[in-house]
Amino acid sequence: MIDILSKRYYYFLFSLLVIVPGLIFLAVDGLPLSIDFTGGSLFEIAFEEGKTIGTEGINAIYESVGIDDAQVTTTNNGSVLIRSSFLTEEARNQVVTAMEVESGGSVTVISFDSVGPTIGAQVASRAALAVGVAALGVVIYITLAFRKVENAFRYGVCAIIAMAHDVAVVFSVAGVGARFFEWQMDALFLTALLTVIGFSVQDKVVVFDRIRENANLLRRLEYETLVNHSIVQTLQRSINTQLMTVEFLLLALALFGGVTLQEFAVILLVGLLSGTYSSIFVAAPILVLWEKREWTTWFRRRPNP
Amino acid sequence: MIRNLTNRIILIVVIVALALWIDLSSEVNIINPISNEPFFTRSVAPRLGLDLQGGLQVLLEADIPADQQIDSQSMEVAREIVQQRTDALGVSENAIQVAGDRRIVGEFPGLADTDSVLTTIQQTGLLEFVDTGDFAPEPGTILYTDYSPAGGQAELPPSGEVIYHTIMTGAELDAVTVGQDQLGANYVINFRLKSEGAQIFGAHTSANVGNVLTIVLDKQVISAPRINSAITGGEGTITGGFTYDSANAFAVQLRYGSLPVPLKIVETRIIGPTLGADSLNKSLIAGSIGMTIVALFMIIYYRLPGIVAVLSILIYAVITFAVFKWFHFTLTLPGVAGFLLSTGAALDANILIFERLKEELRSGKNLAQAVDQGWTRAWSSIRDSNLAAIITSLILFWFGSTFGATIVQGFSLTLALGVAISLFTAIYVTRTLLSLFLKIFKPQNFDRWFGI
Repeated sequence: MIDILSKRYYYFLFSLLVIVPGLIFLAVDGLPLSIDFTGGSLFEIAFEEGKTIGTEGINAIYESVGIDDAQVTTTNNGSVLIRSSFLTEEARNQVVTAMEVESGGSVTVISFDSVGPTIGAQVASRAALAVGVAALGVVIYITLAFRKVENAFRYGVCAIIAMAHDVAVVFSVAGVGARFFEWQMDALFLTALLTVIGFSVQDKVVVFDRIRENANLLRRLEYETLVNHSIVQTLQRSINTQLMTVEFLLLALALFGGVTLQEFAVILLVGLLSGTYSSIFVAAPILVLWEKREWTTWFRRRPNP
Repeated sequence: MIRNLTNRIILIVVIVALALWIDLSSEVNIINPISNEPFFTRSVAPRLGLDLQGGLQVLLEADIPADQQIDSQSMEVAREIVQQRTDALGVSENAIQVAGDRRIVGEFPGLADTDSVLTTIQQTGLLEFVDTGDFAPEPGTILYTDYSPAGGQAELPPSGEVIYHTIMTGAELDAVTVGQDQLGANYVINFRLKSEGAQIFGAHTSANVGNVLTIVLDKQVISAPRINSAITGGEGTITGGFTYDSANAFAVQLRYGSLPVPLKIVETRIIGPTLGADSLNKSLIAGSIGMTIVALFMIIYYRLPGIVAVLSILIYAVITFAVFKWFHFTLTLPGVAGFLLSTGAALDANILIFERLKEELRSGKNLAQAVDQGWTRAWSSIRDSNLAAIITSLILFWFGSTFGATIVQGFSLTLALGVAISLFTAIYVTRTLLSLFLKIFKPQNFDRWFGI
């Protein structure tokens, strides 16, 4: 049988290599929060063929309604994207009218998102609460579901550590995306994050469930061997479910699903992959590490593995 | 293995047939065979969200200090009024919902003229006192009057409708209170008018004792009291068998013109129709490509059980879509993603079972034992893992509904529903179909049929 657990410290190192760079980007650049959380407006419009206005023109129009922080970018399909602080309905009408006068053609509204500043802050705090409640709900659930196993609490805690790992991976991806592809954290990012949490737990439960079952069947085995055994038994399922089905569906969504869902699909893809990875390479090794109290040997000379 | 196989198959066939019926029609009609009259009708037309067909979403918030409590009843009244106003604009399929305790979210899918809706929502309602002569219209009736708010031409009614004369509008009301009549048995509404209103009102009531003075809000009758005596002092009373609650509700409508709480727009989202249609097409293409690859993988890897799993996933999709149409859930883009993910969860349950089945076969069990063990042993994993997914979906749904974030709501709803339905298909449908197939084919060569 493959020995997965003996190399556990390499897995921890690998996780750090994945997590740290993105988090550094986030620390340096700040959280790329979208208007969903900060408040503000995102206005995407298209001018008639050959009747466009330049960036300065648009900025001037925005300044005429009292907004001086408009940022104008042109998208790949020729439309114009304007980010600014909160734009009221009247201001938006004035802007569109002024643009039509200036360009001499009609202006098509492709999309318009405007979020008031107070509501954004409330969404952000409530979102943090939602993540906290979800995490708590899950620990309680696992502790209850494994109550007949020795040290049931450990399973809950390990699931949470692995979950924190997955959340960190998702943030890291968002950080890399923000730096190189101008991604933003919006309501969909939050949805993806919470989904990753949900499925991450689902994955841990499957591995833990096998440990629970084997613990009854194979009482004489050493704990590490037992856990290793359980991982290998569920490995095929993990690969088939995660890689072959869920990841394929998400990959299709990321590649062909259009811009709106691309970022969402990529974050889910990486996050769910991390969820599977962390059940095998983070949660289970920590269970073993905890059982053996390995931290007592961390600062001594490492015994030969 | 399974004793009552026939019953199970009949049940599955009935469910799938019902689901297909809902999937393929836009209206469900059951006709009473004796009288030939429709016995039961329900529209099951699919509802596409804003992101799939374009449209407008607005979030309104009560414009009063955050520390001040708002009772849920006034939010509900405000919601109804916004609904009535926008209904009057002829916008189809609009949905106005209270979100949390101080917000209202309005959705107008497929709407092109967003400006008129936004202006209408922000207006304060128009309260009119209308002379309807001897006619006392029922509350809720739409009346046509000769008053127009902008001072321009009043809206022309369809031919044949009577246009009534508006004596004055709610702007003339100074104060409205709820009191009790002399006997203390009934609640009444006391009102005081501004000086100009008092004059108009005095003149009208003196000349029209015995006639009906209909009170109309946004052209809709709310009450039609009869003038008992001339009211010249600018103060009057409306009687009419009010209860405490109905008197208060009525007073609120009189006082605020219409909205019991002032509303302001805190969030607007407009999605153009082309962007919506583009997203719909792309996500459908993405979904079918993904599903095809996954189906191929399942069949190649798991052979006979794989085919069964693909069949049961199809059944799962048919049922889920039917549930969506039946309950008028709105399909959104993240909803499509949620559906794909829950398909993953449905497959996961099957994969857990099949892996177990293969393990049992390898360890030398016979087929019947292996199938039984596969299900019983995999059950605890499937149950615990799916419950965890449902818990998170519920938390997401709660989060989405307090902020009118219908995108998040749509996603969590499809996910939770999908996971629940997938439990049924994985446990019940897959097992029944597999037993049926095993009965028909009687496989001997496990290597070939199960790919062990």
